[in-house]
Amino acid sequence: MGIRVAGVTKAFAGAAALHDIDLAVRPGELLALLGPSGSGKTTLLRIIAGLVEADRGQVFFGGLDATTLPVQKRQVGFVFQHYALFKHMSVADNIAYGLRVRTRASRPSRAEIRRRTSELLDLVQLSGYESRFPSQLSGGQRQRVALARALAVEPRVLLLDEPFGALDAKVRKDLRAWLRDIHERTGKTTVFVTHDQDEALELADRVAVLNQGRLEQVGSPDDVQDHPATPFVMTFLGQAARFPADIRDGRVLVRGKPVPVAASRSQGSPFQLYCRPWHLKPTAPGQGHQTGTISGVRRLGSMRRIEVLRADGAKLEVEVPLATSLRQGEEIGLEIVDGVLFPES
Amino acid sequence: MPGFGITLGYTLLYLGLLVLLPLGALIAKASGIGLSGIIAVAVEPRVAAALWTSFSISLVAAAVASLFGLLVAWALTRYDFPGRRIVDAIVDLPFALPTAVAGIALAALYAPNGWVGSFLEPLGLKVAYTPLGIFVALVFIGLPFAVRTVQPLIADIERELEEASALLGASRWRTVWSILLPPLLPGVLTGFALAFARAVGEYGSVIFIAGNLPYVSEIAPLLIVIKLSEYDYTGATVIATIMLAISFTALLVINLLQAWSRKRFGYV
Ligand SMILES: Nc1ncnc2c1ncn2[C@@H]1O[C@H](COP(=O)(O)OP(=O)(O)O)[C@@H](O)[C@H]1O
Ligand SMILES: [Mg+2]
Repeated sequence: MGIRVAGVTKAFAGAAALHDIDLAVRPGELLALLGPSGSGKTTLLRIIAGLVEADRGQVFFGGLDATTLPVQKRQVGFVFQHYALFKHMSVADNIAYGLRVRTRASRPSRAEIRRRTSELLDLVQLSGYESRFPSQLSGGQRQRVALARALAVEPRVLLLDEPFGALDAKVRKDLRAWLRDIHERTGKTTVFVTHDQDEALELADRVAVLNQGRLEQVGSPDDVQDHPATPFVMTFLGQAARFPADIRDGRVLVRGKPVPVAASRSQGSPFQLYCRPWHLKPTAPGQGHQTGTISGVRRLGSMRRIEVLRADGAKLEVEVPLATSLRQGEEIGLEIVDGVLFPES
Repeated sequence: MPGFGITLGYTLLYLGLLVLLPLGALIAKASGIGLSGIIAVAVEPRVAAALWTSFSISLVAAAVASLFGLLVAWALTRYDFPGRRIVDAIVDLPFALPTAVAGIALAALYAPNGWVGSFLEPLGLKVAYTPLGIFVALVFIGLPFAVRTVQPLIADIERELEEASALLGASRWRTVWSILLPPLLPGVLTGFALAFARAVGEYGSVIFIAGNLPYVSEIAPLLIVIKLSEYDYTGATVIATIMLAISFTALLVINLLQAWSRKRFGYV
């Protein structure tokens, strides 16, 4: 079942948290809601869940207008960053809670509840832990219980608010793959909030980038990385250097020299050209679009990063092959081989 | 652990000199007349009636104070209303007020011509100078214990637990019953134990409003004072010893309940 958010606006005590958000999550999709801290991700997720009321706008689950539906009736699965497990209940009781609180008419039999609970424990790889209490589990295990509890009620959609935010790096990595796997198996439409670009890009079918309460771009991980819609998306998704640029006769110029970037129109200025570390190439001193001195060489996975200090004090990061002969202190030129052009705002 | 010796020594000294020694002396004095003598005093109709009055009303008052205390603590912690801080400060008043002052004030309020009493009188409700008056005074005295023991526990409840429960489809009542109350139970029991202990020993605030009618509204501590003023030291210590035994048993039971509830609901 898809989710559609239409024209949602929310302010807290006069301070706007969300501006006129329109977002459609496709059925069965895993969508990451990505943005810096305070950008309104949690607020948007809580509005979808019915925990926060929007000032304006509507929320739909499939064809159902859920805008005025109370939390208890929305049937959304929600996973909190800090798990929010019921500490006085065992793992099994936590998972079964959503089934046990149903009215007598719609409540499954005891045997059925037990069957579903053990099925879910299996799914989250916690069989054998049913009688443990939350205090006796690790963070990663607690979050898995929280997910099983959310899935137990067969929710229309699944919403996760920074589910791995409180876990250490190694566990985060493991849980990413595991969440992807669960998503493929259950096929639930899932919205997943994170401020971690890598997490969003690795995990999601599509990424929605939020900044100061506005949606900047919604697209596939390739889309947002290769065709960022705004300078914010460009800089938030990774390191980017910025150069003033002009367009003359349909060509993009930096410091008067042409760069191989398609011009959006034939004339004009000013523009800003944003370049990733792999959009710059070292060349001989005095050549290219920039000059500077190498102030550092680091290894980054299968590549090397060199840091180039320009005469005006600015630092540029450049990606080079591992077997580079460049050394610290050397003077070099930099050629811009690619980039993304934005009009100056 | 630094200072362990000193703190342990001090604790034992305190326990020995200030708690066990007087209690030991009390029991020693009372046992002078033997078990049959103690039982003989206990079944004296006036003594038995006073003990019954003291313990039964204390029990009910502590229970009511716990319930009210839970509601008051909830309102003070969860809601922001004008005058919240003032109400919060007033809760401690029964701690601070000399008990005789509280007793006189309550008696004046609930007397048939008092502010509250004059409204209850036409309804056929007599509070002052009846067992009901004792009950009112003991609830008043017990309330701060009940409030202050659960208040921090309520403040500790994460909002997300309530939200998680609602998201799973639970009604508000179900959430209160299954999610919010269980972790509070140990605190409620502690407050109940404190309120009960205080109520059993309460003297000043009760005697002014109780009317002190033998067999009806005479509390055991008052009977001890009466025995003392009649130079019946043995009678006084025997009643005191019986009270001690009952209180000890009651507190033991409450403690066991608490240990059970901690185990059952207190996992954190
Ligand atoms: N309950 C609230 N009361 C007041 N302000 C809030 C509340 N919740 C969120 N905000 C504000 O709304 C903005 C967005 O917050 P949030 O949605 O939590 O961002 P994110 O989850 O992206 O970090 C922030 O400026 C935050 O301070
Ligand atoms: Mg957040």
